[in-house]
Amino acid sequence: MNSFILRALLIAGLAAFPVAAHADSPGAGGERKSDMQSGAEVYRHVCQACHMADGKGGKGAAVIPALASNPKLAISAYPAGVVLNGFGAMPWFNGTLSPEQIAHVVNYVRTHFGNSYTDMLSADDVKAMAGPVPHVTH
Amino acid sequence: MASQTRRQLLTALGLAGGTAALYQAMTVMGHAADSRFSGPPVLSGARKGSKVLVLGAGLAGMLAAYELRKAGYSVRILEYQDRPGGRNWTLRGGDRVVEMGTPVQKVGFSPGNYINPGPWRIPYHHRALLHYCKQFGVPLEPFIQLNYNAFVHSAEAFGGKPMRYRDVACDFTGVVAELLAKSIDGHTLDQELTQDDRAQLKEAMRGWGLLDENLRYTSSVHTSTRRGWERRPGGGPDGAPVPSQLLDRHDLFKPGMWQSLAFFMNYEMQTTMFQPVGGVDMIGKGFAKQVADLITMHARVTRIAQDQQGVRVTWEHTASGKVSEETADWCVCTIPLSVLSQIDVQVAPAMKAAIGAVPYTSHIKMGLEFKRRFWEQDDDIYGGISFTSGEISQVSYPSYGYHSSGPGVLLGAYTKNMAGLDIAGMSPAERIETGLAQGSVLHPQYRKEFSNGVAVAWSRIPWSLGCCAIWSEESRKQHYRTLTEMDGRIVLAGEHASYLGCWQEGALLSSLDAITRLHKRAQEA
Repeated sequence: MNSFILRALLIAGLAAFPVAAHADSPGAGGERKSDMQSGAEVYRHVCQACHMADGKGGKGAAVIPALASNPKLAISAYPAGVVLNGFGAMPWFNGTLSPEQIAHVVNYVRTHFGNSYTDMLSADDVKAMAGPVPHVTH
Repeated sequence: MASQTRRQLLTALGLAGGTAALYQAMTVMGHAADSRFSGPPVLSGARKGSKVLVLGAGLAGMLAAYELRKAGYSVRILEYQDRPGGRNWTLRGGDRVVEMGTPVQKVGFSPGNYINPGPWRIPYHHRALLHYCKQFGVPLEPFIQLNYNAFVHSAEAFGGKPMRYRDVACDFTGVVAELLAKSIDGHTLDQELTQDDRAQLKEAMRGWGLLDENLRYTSSVHTSTRRGWERRPGGGPDGAPVPSQLLDRHDLFKPGMWQSLAFFMNYEMQTTMFQPVGGVDMIGKGFAKQVADLITMHARVTRIAQDQQGVRVTWEHTASGKVSEETADWCVCTIPLSVLSQIDVQVAPAMKAAIGAVPYTSHIKMGLEFKRRFWEQDDDIYGGISFTSGEISQVSYPSYGYHSSGPGVLLGAYTKNMAGLDIAGMSPAERIETGLAQGSVLHPQYRKEFSNGVAVAWSRIPWSLGCCAIWSEESRKQHYRTLTEMDGRIVLAGEHASYLGCWQEGALLSSLDAITRLHKRAQEA
């Protein structure tokens, strides 16, 4: 695949989310700048949608887990696995976010919102954990 | 045709032409058509006193309740919200949007204007939904899906200038036809096609693509009969039209262009499309009219247990906090998996795994009210959809109230995936600002004419935590069948338990299938 097409697909977020062939769907547009570098940027543009700006999550008929002061973050592989593979209502980001972006955002979350872990996750760690990217279907 | 004669004819056809011919003949005669829906289920003879508890008063739940009561069951519905309909939902002036973690939005639309944050359009072949709309007296009107005069915009094409769908569609067709005709003349298809085929295809390309005698696609009176004019035909001595200029063909091949053309080719997106008159929640209200007496609102289900005798559901009244238990012989659970995966449900481990294996989409819809319908008055756009590569993904114009001189509401964003998450993380004011900034690229009138807006982020909706189930090839294979099978006395239903995900039709087909199997099981028990 040439780099232009690859870039276009990435911008459209098609790596993990192709235009659904059957669902009521907005169409092909909806580009998202894919140049998010820092963990803070990834958090703001992706995670904050559900986990909230303060990392405290939400509560309705079900719960969006808080990341603030969450003991499940003690081992970095746990949040990395959740971001890669999804959990419950949360989609997988394997293939949508790069290993670098996942490492950065996991490190960001583990050092903010009342969390102060000192060990850092690397992109290589994430790569080692990542399985094949699921294929979205109807 | 008398049924005996008809069967004989079909048998004869089957023998002569095989099953394909038989199928085609049956389709023409109105049988074996493509929808799975061939009429409402004929269920009857439920055991006296047999009780079904339905969880969720969305379309799937209300349809299950309606049909099961008709079959003789005693039915009750528990609903978390304070209104029936679920994701079948319309926002009008005075309504409030309550999300988790977002300041409450109060809708400021003028009377008669509305936006449908969830489902909004009905393909002509969604027969189950059309059937029940008719049966429950829900009037429908055309939903304008494809509008040749709407815009297609990509930051990567034509210097970021929006193009009319018509110009893109016509020129893409013409250029592809020209290239194919050239490749026939260049003998590159000699191996693929016979000489006769090549001659016919070349003629087809000439006619289909509006090519000239030299097989070129050029600006002319001929091509302008399709793509429109620089100066439109008029009356009188100066009425002669001036042909329009073609678009730069290189930019036609950019993804945002052809993807917008391909969008309308999708089976579920083809015209004719309908919408309920006055807002999509007229469907939910139509269903609710049939089963209103069965629904208990404000009920948050906390536990679903079962044994050989029946099901026992624990629920909490969201206003008073009072905890109650409800027992029944059977349970139809239509709670979205995003929520159900966090409820203590007593089902087999494989079912439990399936419930937890399906993530949900992060759709965004934005309703923007403007002081006047400039898209009609200035741009000649009546209904339909403009596409953009911006995060808002599309702008859709109202398929009602044409030519009204009052304020109009358009769909200022309909997007999902990464763009949906980005917008969901914004404050309501930031979301609206994003809609205005990106929509202004299509319509510079936006800033001057804007009045008010509302933006719904489905991933923050407290009763669904997302809009639609996301299936992968892998999860379909591993979990789908388990998810749809009866687990003891419990069966799941909803768009998530169908192959028509993210459509109301999927919810209805799933519901009808689930209750048909439930009834069969109950009869056997």
